[in-house]
Amino acid sequence: MLRQFHSLSGLIATLFVVLLTISGAVLSLDPLLERSQAKIAGTSSISVAELAGKLITRYPGTEQIQRHPSGSIIVYFTDGDQTGADLINPLTGATIGAYSSSPIMVWIKNLHRSYLLGTPGRVVAGVAAFFMLLLTFSGAVMLINRLGGWRHIFRPIQGPFKQRLHTEVGRVAVLGLILSASTGLYMSAMTFELIPDYSSAEPGFPTHVDGGVPASIDTLSALKVIPITEFRELVYPYPDDPMGVYSITTDQGSGFVDQATGQLLSYQAYGNPQKLYEFIYMLHTGEGLWWLGLLLGLSALAVPLMAWTGIQIWWSRKQSATTINHNSAARLADTIILVGSESNSTWGFAKTLHDALHRLGFQVHTAPMNQLGHHYPQAKRMFMLTATYGDGDAPASANHFLTRLAKMTKTPDVPVAVLGFGDRQFPEFCQFAKEVEAALITKGWPQLLPFETIHRQSPQEFSRWGQAVSSVLDKELTLVHIPAHPASTTLTLVERVDYGTAVQAPTAVLRFKSPEGSHKGLLNRLLRRSGLPHFDAGDLVGILPPGSSVPRFYSLASASKNGVLEICVRHHPDGVCSGFLHGLAIGDTVEAFIKLNPSFRPASGKAPIILIGAGTGIGPLVGFIRNNKAHHPIHLYWGGRSPQSDFLYETELKRYLEDQRLTKLNPVFSRISQGAYVQNKITEDDVELRQLIGEGAQFLICGGRNMASSVAVAVDKVIAPLGGDVATLKAQGRYREDVY
Amino acid sequence: MKRLAITLCLMAAALLSSQSYARDVTLTTELKNYGGDGAYLAIYLTNAQGQYQKTLWVAGKKLKYYKHLSGWARGSGQRKSEYDGLSGASVTEGKTLTVTLDLPDTYIDAGFQLHVDTAVEDMRDNRNDVVVPFTSEGVDKPNNGRGYIKTFTYSF
Repeated sequence: MLRQFHSLSGLIATLFVVLLTISGAVLSLDPLLERSQAKIAGTSSISVAELAGKLITRYPGTEQIQRHPSGSIIVYFTDGDQTGADLINPLTGATIGAYSSSPIMVWIKNLHRSYLLGTPGRVVAGVAAFFMLLLTFSGAVMLINRLGGWRHIFRPIQGPFKQRLHTEVGRVAVLGLILSASTGLYMSAMTFELIPDYSSAEPGFPTHVDGGVPASIDTLSALKVIPITEFRELVYPYPDDPMGVYSITTDQGSGFVDQATGQLLSYQAYGNPQKLYEFIYMLHTGEGLWWLGLLLGLSALAVPLMAWTGIQIWWSRKQSATTINHNSAARLADTIILVGSESNSTWGFAKTLHDALHRLGFQVHTAPMNQLGHHYPQAKRMFMLTATYGDGDAPASANHFLTRLAKMTKTPDVPVAVLGFGDRQFPEFCQFAKEVEAALITKGWPQLLPFETIHRQSPQEFSRWGQAVSSVLDKELTLVHIPAHPASTTLTLVERVDYGTAVQAPTAVLRFKSPEGSHKGLLNRLLRRSGLPHFDAGDLVGILPPGSSVPRFYSLASASKNGVLEICVRHHPDGVCSGFLHGLAIGDTVEAFIKLNPSFRPASGKAPIILIGAGTGIGPLVGFIRNNKAHHPIHLYWGGRSPQSDFLYETELKRYLEDQRLTKLNPVFSRISQGAYVQNKITEDDVELRQLIGEGAQFLICGGRNMASSVAVAVDKVIAPLGGDVATLKAQGRYREDVY
Repeated sequence: MKRLAITLCLMAAALLSSQSYARDVTLTTELKNYGGDGAYLAIYLTNAQGQYQKTLWVAGKKLKYYKHLSGWARGSGQRKSEYDGLSGASVTEGKTLTVTLDLPDTYIDAGFQLHVDTAVEDMRDNRNDVVVPFTSEGVDKPNNGRGYIKTFTYSF
C-alpha cells in the first residue's frame, strides 16, 4: 500500500520535483559564493558608526548601507545623476568591487519558486514541495521497514543495483530533503498567507526630531553601540532635510536615529513570528549558513538520481507483474492458491502451479494471502506460496494475513501446503513462511504437505516440490517454471582447463568471449568494449542448455572488464547443463545471460577479506582476488580433493600470492594422508581469524550447502570468545554466502 | 423667475469653479531593462522641503515589501488610508505604467515636487529615482530616472 502510494506520488510529481531540486542545488551555491567575496575576519569589533565614518570621504552620496547574512557590506549611493552599489571592505572602507545580483541566479530563483510562471507557478511549486515531503516520509518508512526497524537503520542494504542506489542515496539525503521540503512548504504557505503574516509592526515615525545641525555620522551614539555583526541596514536621511532621520535595522529590531543628537528616537523589537520566519528562511536558503546550504544542495541533487532510479524500479516491477488466466471463483474452486509476494516473482511460481493444475482439470482459485477467506465450500486442498520481506517481515500481499488468521474462530477444513521462497544468505531465510506454517499449526489447520522452501527461485527445487504435490494429488503434476530472464547473448568458448578426473571430480575452467565481429563497431572499439554484457565477479551467468528453456546458473569468476566470461564447472553424472558444458570444444557456442548478484561482493575499505570455498566454489573467489588491484588483505581458505589432480587455479593463485593480490593461501585436501576439510583448517587457525575479525574482516563463502553449514558452525566457534556469532556478522553484512 | 435665474447662475458658478479647482493628471513611467523581477513603485507629492504630502500611486501588492520604498514609506507611515484605492500590480522591466487621477489645482505651480521611489527584489532600493517640480512648464517633458526608471512624464 505504502509502495503504491510512494510510486504514484513519485510519478505524478517527478518533473516538478526534479526541477525544484536541480534549481535549488544551484541556488545553494550562492551563500558560499557571496561569502567568498565578503571580508569578514576581524570585523566583529567594528561598530556601525565606525563603518559609516569610513565611508564619508569615499562615498559622500551614500543613501543606504546593508550587511547581508554572508557578512558582505554593500553601500548604495548616488553620484550626480547616477546611482551605484559597491561591495565594501569594512576594515578600511575601501571598495572591493561593484555589487550586482547575477541575472542567471535571478532566473534560477524564479525557476525554483514559480517555474517562471508567476503566481500559478508558485502554487505548483508549493504543491511540489508537499509531494516531496510525502515522498521523503513514505520512502523513509519503507526503508525503515525494509531494514527491520529504527535500530538497524545503518545496516547495509542489499538488492539489485538500482534499488540499492535508490535506497542508499535516499538514506543519506533523507534529513536534508525533509528540511528543504518542509521549510519550502512553510515559505510557500507564507506567500499565500495560509499562515498569519510574520511581519512585526514598523516603529512609528518619531513625533519629535531635534532639527539641529546634523552631526558627523561617526559620532552618533546610537550607532556606536551597534556592532557590525548585529547590523542589517542603515538608511540615510535626505542630505538637506533638517527633519530627516536615519533608519536602522539590526537582527533584533528596527528604529530611527536623530541625525543631530544621535539618539535612538523610536525602536521596535522583532516579535517571535518574525524571528521564526527568519530562522526558517535561513534554513531553507542557507543564507548566513553556507555550509548548511551546501549540504542541502547536495541532498537536493539526490532527487534527480532517485527519480531516475525510482521510475526504472517501478517500470521493471510493472513489467514483471503476472496475470493469472482461468482463475475460478473462490466458492467454486477445488484448489486454492494464496500468494505472499513483494516483488512479483512469487506470483510467477504461483502462475506456473495454477496453470499446471488447470491443465489437469482442477478448478483453481489464486489470490493474494491478504484475501484469505472464511469459507471455501468446494475446496479440497490449499497452497500458500510466500516470500519474506526484509528482516523476516510479511511481503506486501500478505501483510494482513497473520492478523486475519488470528481473528478466525473457525478455520476452513482444507489441508494446506506452505512453500516458502527466500535466499539462504539472509539470516531470516523464509522467516515469514515459517511463521505462517507455525500459525496454521497453532490454529489446528490440517496439513497437506510438510513445509518446504525454495532457495533463490530455483526452478529445479520447485519442480521437485511439484513431484511431492503429485503424490498427494494422485496425478502427475509437472511444474516447469520458466523465470522471465533477459535476452541471451551467444558466447564462444575460447579456452578450457581441465582438472580432477583422477579423483572422480572432473572440473573445468571455461573461458568465453563474444563471437568475432559482434563488437567491431566504431563505438565499441572507441570504448574498448569486449562485446560482453556488463558483469562483475560474483554475479551469475544463466546458461540455457540446448533443448531446455530452464537456465542453470553459475557464479562468475571474472568481470566483464577482464575481457572474458569465466566459470568453473564440475561435471555431475546426471547434470544436463554441466554435461553439455563439459562436452564443449574450443569454438563451440552457448546461449547465456547475466543475473546480477550485487550482495556477493567484497566490501570496499581496508578491512581484511576472508574467502572460504570448496570445489568449484573457488570461481567467484578467484575473480575477487584477480581484481584486487588495490591489494587489500585477502585470506583464502579452499578445500579440494588432491593437490595433484584438482588444485583448481593453482598456478594463478601462486602468481597472485607473489604480486600480493592474495595475502595468504590456505588450501586443504581431503584425499591425502591426514586429509582435512576446509572447516577443519578454520578451527585450526582460530587465533589468527579472531585477529582478522577484530580488524573488521568480512567473510565471503562460496560452495555447496553442506560445506557452507559446516563452515558456519566452525566460524561460530571461532567467534564465540569474542562474544559474537555468524548471525550478527550476517546482519552487519560481514558474512555473505553464495551456496548451491 | 428671478429666483430661478439666481439659482442657475449659482449652480453654473459652482460647476465652473469646481472645474477650475481640479483636473485629470496622467503620470507615465517607463522602466529600463534592469534585469530583475517586477518593480515596486511609489509616486507621491512632497512640498518644496521634501516633506511628504500625498500618495498618487503605489505599484506592487505585497505589503511586506513596501518598506523598501523608503522615502514614501517614511512619509506616509505606510498607512492604508494613504494609498487606499491608489495601488496596483508591480511593473515588469521595460514596461510602462500609466496612471490617471483627479488632482486639485492647488498642487500645480505651487512649489510641490513629484517623487518616485522604486525597489526590486534582491536589487538596490532607489529612494527618489525621479524628483521633479510639479509645474505647468514641466508638462509632457520626459525626465530621466536614476534607478530603474527610463523616463517619467506627466501631463494635464
